[in-house]
Amino acid sequence: MSPMALSISLVFVLIPFVLSKTFKLGLEKDTVIAVVRSIIQLFVVGYVLKFVFDSESIIYSLLMVGVMIIAATENARKKGGPIKGITWKVAVTIIFIEILTQSILLGFHIIPHTAQYIIPISGMVIGNSMVLAILFLNRFIAETKAHIDQTELILSLGGTPKQAIHSQLITSIKASMIPTIESQKTIGLVQLPGMMSGQIIAGANPIHAVQFQLLVLFLLLTAAAVTSIMLGLLSYPTLFNKQMQIEQK
Amino acid sequence: MKSAIRFNHVHYAVDDQVILINITGSFYEGEITTLVGPSGAGKTTLLKICNGLLSPKSGEIYVKDKPIREYPPVELRRFVGMALQSAPMIDGSVYKNLALPLELQGKQLPENQAKDLLKDVGLSEQFLHRNSRDLSGGQRQKVSIARTLVNRPQILLLDEITSSLDQVSQKEIEELIVKINQKYGVTIVWITHNLQQALAVGTYTWVMMEGEVVEAGKSHLLNSPANERVKQFVKGEMG
Repeated sequence: MSPMALSISLVFVLIPFVLSKTFKLGLEKDTVIAVVRSIIQLFVVGYVLKFVFDSESIIYSLLMVGVMIIAATENARKKGGPIKGITWKVAVTIIFIEILTQSILLGFHIIPHTAQYIIPISGMVIGNSMVLAILFLNRFIAETKAHIDQTELILSLGGTPKQAIHSQLITSIKASMIPTIESQKTIGLVQLPGMMSGQIIAGANPIHAVQFQLLVLFLLLTAAAVTSIMLGLLSYPTLFNKQMQIEQK
Repeated sequence: MKSAIRFNHVHYAVDDQVILINITGSFYEGEITTLVGPSGAGKTTLLKICNGLLSPKSGEIYVKDKPIREYPPVELRRFVGMALQSAPMIDGSVYKNLALPLELQGKQLPENQAKDLLKDVGLSEQFLHRNSRDLSGGQRQKVSIARTLVNRPQILLLDEITSSLDQVSQKEIEELIVKINQKYGVTIVWITHNLQQALAVGTYTWVMMEGEVVEAGKSHLLNSPANERVKQFVKGEMG
């Protein structure tokens, strides 16, 4: 795409801007900030990626993945509210998923050992894991507050903290995974995934693009399940103390 | 007289908010003791401490002469059962709710035992497979008491279980409390706002105000309290 074509595409920014102004949505400032940030961030990432790919250094690749993990953790932890040690819990979860998925991909030679593959796939896995963590934490905190009487009931009858929080945990895990599962059910029918579309536009064989997209979908499914369940198991004990009582805030 | 639960200078606070101050006294074995007092007096907190849902900040509590902190939490909560004020129900049938205490131990409640429990609390066996959402306030409280009895507690704590009930249901619950006390020999501690209930059902009464026990003794103390604050409270509540 030529710089001229890209400039013309800014008309797609103008449309929501004008609509926001016309209907007094008050989103003009946010729209401009979002556009400016995305232009700067993506170009910076583009140049950084070019540098990392050209250098062929494992250190730079690891640094890049590290930055992704830190940014994802920082974003997701804000939703952790009353959960003690939420930052390291989110970080451990994302790091575990990254190690798990890359070990399988690289160990079984599913992808080549190059930064061009490792970094974009890491980005997708870490990004998805971050969204899942946010969805899970939002729901889990709301569920525990809404059903505190049920938690207290089970404790009062001699149940353990795990039994007392079980139904809220399961509801939150399921709720956070549903968007991933539902979007995969309609994939190809309703929308073509961005990565696959990008490959096809860039001239790749559509069948190869589909194969690669399937790999990504399977990875995201694993990331979704492991993020919700692992974060759930790490988080619930902090809501209780050693005497199996609900922590008083 | 033997103590079922004995308090020795018990204090409780959350952050800077003091909730219980220097609680000392006993709930006697096999007796019905009522806790009365205005809202915010610390009555529910006291019961939650007895059930192990909360721990005192200082002081000592003895359950059957053994310090409460020496009981494993699960064992204590089965021994000292508590029916919560809101009578929360888990989703599903009445049977599912009655079976909950045993299910938590990995055991099953035989259906005929569940029917007997319903009979004990004055509900017919037709209620067994009814959805717990369809129960009235009084029926919920009865199921809640029956569910607490599944663990065969020796001490039963009842937290304002009649506060939202009509006159008929209140009377039924009063009779049920006396029946449970006599049939199972269970020590009962019952929080009530209704002083007539305390007089009619309780053998002993504690009057609590602002975290303190201001007067305690046989329930007829409510007819002629010694403490000025209690006199005013009784006057207000009894009209």
